[in-house]
Amino acid sequence: MGALFLRDIRLGLRAGGGALVGILFFLAVIAVVPFGVGPDLKLLARIGAAMLWIGALLATLLGLDRLFQADRDDGSLDLLIMAQGRHLLALTVLVKCLAHWTVSVLPLVVASPLLGLFMNMEPAAIGATTLTLLVGTPAITLIGAVGAAVAVSLPRGGLLVSVIILPLTIPVLIFGVSASYGAVEDPAPFLAPFLILAAITLFFAVLGPLAAAAALKSSAD
Amino acid sequence: MSDAVSKTGRWIDLANPTRFLSLAGAVLPWLSGMTMIVLAAGFWMSMQAPDDYQQGATVKIMFIHVPFAWLSMMCYTIMTVAALGTLVWRHPLADVSAKAAAPIGAVFTALALITGSLWGKPMWGTWWVWDARLTSVFVLFLMYLGIIALTRAMDDPAKSAKATAILTLVGFINIPIIKFSVDWWNTLHQPASVIRIGGSTIDPSLLWPLLVMAIGFTLLFFTLHMMAMRNEIWRRRVVAMRRVAARSAERRPVQ
Repeated sequence: MGALFLRDIRLGLRAGGGALVGILFFLAVIAVVPFGVGPDLKLLARIGAAMLWIGALLATLLGLDRLFQADRDDGSLDLLIMAQGRHLLALTVLVKCLAHWTVSVLPLVVASPLLGLFMNMEPAAIGATTLTLLVGTPAITLIGAVGAAVAVSLPRGGLLVSVIILPLTIPVLIFGVSASYGAVEDPAPFLAPFLILAAITLFFAVLGPLAAAAALKSSAD
Repeated sequence: MSDAVSKTGRWIDLANPTRFLSLAGAVLPWLSGMTMIVLAAGFWMSMQAPDDYQQGATVKIMFIHVPFAWLSMMCYTIMTVAALGTLVWRHPLADVSAKAAAPIGAVFTALALITGSLWGKPMWGTWWVWDARLTSVFVLFLMYLGIIALTRAMDDPAKSAKATAILTLVGFINIPIIKFSVDWWNTLHQPASVIRIGGSTIDPSLLWPLLVMAIGFTLLFFTLHMMAMRNEIWRRRVVAMRRVAARSAERRPVQ
């Protein structure tokens, strides 16, 4: 499992892995927002957390179809599925999700404080948004694993993965943004939505790999 | 012994598409006839129902809005059961049922959203608000569309059946959220008022037409669902026959 983790990280970091494209896309989305809503700093500060979350969500969805596609193309996915006698397939999927998250989503979380400065956000809001992104984005990757596994046998499944996954990620977005706002605005609580966000991530850490493993098994034969 | 066999075999008997087709052929005329009678009675009762003292005539939108909303959730539940049937019991008609139900459910959800919007304009003063019930039903609509897109994306029905079943099961999380959204969050949409502990809050003069309409639309759903399943079986047979024809045409020596 450790070897698989390191292998996936190495493959992701190599050129053509697509990890860098996700950050560039995130940057582009955030840079487009001021052009759309106008350079009003107060307005940008108010919608900043939501924009960071939407940008991160879209950038995460963008790379999801690569999760199993490259392994399927070179045949190693079949080997992983055949090895399920030794390792639980759901565990393999979980490790792959963690590696994918480390390579292509963690950089987004690291870049988000800088982009928060672009949006004229307060330091507390930037910290809260980064924290909620750190806790919430694994849930998006884990939900996305189901979509990626379901659509793995399709030749051009990339767009379809985003379409079928987006409705399921809406709760993550809702609680992530409300926790970010709760840290800044006074009457809104921070801890309650934050804990629900953590609960969603843990819930999908179980459900996502199980469902994705079932889908991979059925696509293999 | 034969009695036990026939008892356990009844559900599996339907797995044979030919038996299902003959059953559907026998049941469908009765079902559609009953649908028409109950819906006609429901429409007539809706016309006779008195206006609400606050809402006036617009309360009659309820008679179609509420059944549509109920059916949109019931249809997804049926698809979930069918998904379990595909994955657990490998019932051959389960994926036909799920595939046939998805477009019908999407239409009912869209109608529930549209009629709710038309009702919301005079009552709430706006076509749309992002409150919990409306948003979760909108998410349900998007999920129906995603499932339809996935079933249409693959050529092989056996492969798309399992993928769709898994997606349907994961998406079922949304159904309890829709049901209890009005209790968990303080929303503009009113809480459950027909089925609740302590009796309904709706006056019988409005409740009876609503119940008749709900039964009528449920019958309509089952009629449409059965017709769609029959169409799907026929469609698959045509595809299989075409394949056989193409294969035998290849084998024939060129003259």
